[in-house]
Amino acid sequence: MSEATANLPQPPSPLREFWSYFRENRGAVIGMYVFMVFFIVALIAPLIAPYTPHEQFRDHLLQPPFWQEGGSTEFLLGTDPLGRDMLSRLLHGARFSFFIGVIVVSIASFFGVIIGVISGFAPKWMDTLIMRLMDIILSFPSLLLALVLVAILGPSLINAMIAIALVLQPHFVRLTRAAVISERTKDYVTAAKVAGAGRLRTMFVTVLPNCLAPIIVQAALSFSTAILDAAALGFLGMGAQPPTPEWGTMLAEAREFILRAWWVVTLPGICILVSVLAINLMGDGLRDALDPKLKRS
Amino acid sequence: MSAPILSATDLRRHFEVKSGLFGGTNTVRALDGASFELVPGRTLAVVGESGCGKSTLANLVTMIDTPTSGTFTIDGQDIQPGDELKDKVLRAKVQIVFQNPYGSLNPRQTIGKILMEPLLLNRPEISAEERERRAREMVELVGLRPEHFNRYPHMFSGGQRQRIAVARALMLEPEILVLDEPVSALDLSIQSQVLNLLTDLQDKFNLAYLFISHDLSVVRHFADDVIVMYLGKPVEQGAKDEVFENPRHPYTKALLSATPMADPARRQERIKLEGELPSPLNVPVGCAFNPRCWKATEECRNKRPDMSDGSHRFACFHPENGDN
Repeated sequence: MSEATANLPQPPSPLREFWSYFRENRGAVIGMYVFMVFFIVALIAPLIAPYTPHEQFRDHLLQPPFWQEGGSTEFLLGTDPLGRDMLSRLLHGARFSFFIGVIVVSIASFFGVIIGVISGFAPKWMDTLIMRLMDIILSFPSLLLALVLVAILGPSLINAMIAIALVLQPHFVRLTRAAVISERTKDYVTAAKVAGAGRLRTMFVTVLPNCLAPIIVQAALSFSTAILDAAALGFLGMGAQPPTPEWGTMLAEAREFILRAWWVVTLPGICILVSVLAINLMGDGLRDALDPKLKRS
Repeated sequence: MSAPILSATDLRRHFEVKSGLFGGTNTVRALDGASFELVPGRTLAVVGESGCGKSTLANLVTMIDTPTSGTFTIDGQDIQPGDELKDKVLRAKVQIVFQNPYGSLNPRQTIGKILMEPLLLNRPEISAEERERRAREMVELVGLRPEHFNRYPHMFSGGQRQRIAVARALMLEPEILVLDEPVSALDLSIQSQVLNLLTDLQDKFNLAYLFISHDLSVVRHFADDVIVMYLGKPVEQGAKDEVFENPRHPYTKALLSATPMADPARRQERIKLEGELPSPLNVPVGCAFNPRCWKATEECRNKRPDMSDGSHRFACFHPENGDN
């Protein structure tokens, strides 16, 4: 049996099919490459950074990047007001941003998806209760709510991440619920029930995998929102605390030198911009590739 | 004729519908008193216009939905109204094939997984190899090729998908198969293939079919017994030949006259029904068919006719072909 089937042409795997759609969107592919570089940098930052992010060189305060007058190749992207190497700090900052993105998206999507599936299957009163609660959270400006939460919990990177996850999570709930409601009336769900699938199995094994496409897109786009919000909280002094080399915190620390030393503000800003842009481009490409309406098979 | 595997007595399913914010509740009598028997090796067809309760009947027999009143017994075991079907043995006896083969297969599962799932859930004692062996056997039995085992539903045509749906229904070795318009979504040429497959399987496993359809030519070809339904109530039921050759209820006659015949020599008079199908929220008093019936009298407008006795039963005060 296995020999007979082994020689037959195998159908394209879902992954390969996805890739062929994704590849058509050039922006998304570029975004993905940038994201991959970002990921690798975050992974090996301690190995490629010339110095540790906290080491201070008192003789080189606010030294410009190497191509400017007064700069040296010793500090490629210059130093900050305390004489710390910008390049090392930026590389390590990628770690924090990636860490924030992963943790926040994991928390928000995990709870958001579970609550969303429950809401989609729940009796009407419970569904209404959950959705109104989510509406309340959504009615606050997200950054403001995150600020309030951090103010209550106390400023730290972990608390900022919890706050951002809480703020992002209603989007997942809504999205999952909408997808679940449209899927669960389909015949294959009834068929699974007739075959003997229990409630939990129907919810998470039968229905949930068919709702994943919009959730994956939302997760990718939330990743950039999380980085942006964490940077904003850091900038306002409510996120990562100095001397953590978090990009938003770095911006805040260097604010007063903006006219004298452009690099201390511009470089972290560019890092935030590029990573967020790349992730958004990739997210858009994901959406196009995963949207069943755009599929041609 | 062997003993019936399923017998239903006076099955009813009513739905409460809220009308507006301050309005009271209305009752939709989706199914209002159906009695029938399913016999192994035979096919009972349920025909009627859309909205006459055919699919509600299918849901009740499959135990997806529970009847409001009335009882049915499967293999001697009573199923009470309100019983949640927990019994795996009982559930495995009744399986269903849905109308739309594009919606009834989980797009994320391979054919193999789809076929093995019922066994996994209901017969956990069967080993994984044995499960796979049975699923592969079933793939061949319904006329698919072995290499289809690892493919996804979207790679198949409608007819092939319906074969997969039939295969899935048969995995638990049921005794009753509910076919909810299994071929109405398919091309004509594919319809006959699937029907032939169903006939073969019925002979092989001695299955009892509950065949729901609105296509009378398919029913004529496929069924042994027929129930004609109108607005949730059976109006005529009996052996296929008798019902088709000698329809007694005016509605059956009108329905039959609407079937196209591939015989130009045979002129038949087409009975045109007046008016619309009444809303099931507002079923006419007396015989439900009276506003559209050309034979309706005062009696029909006031009293609801009962089912007659015998093997060929009908609910009419003024049956066709002689009053008796």
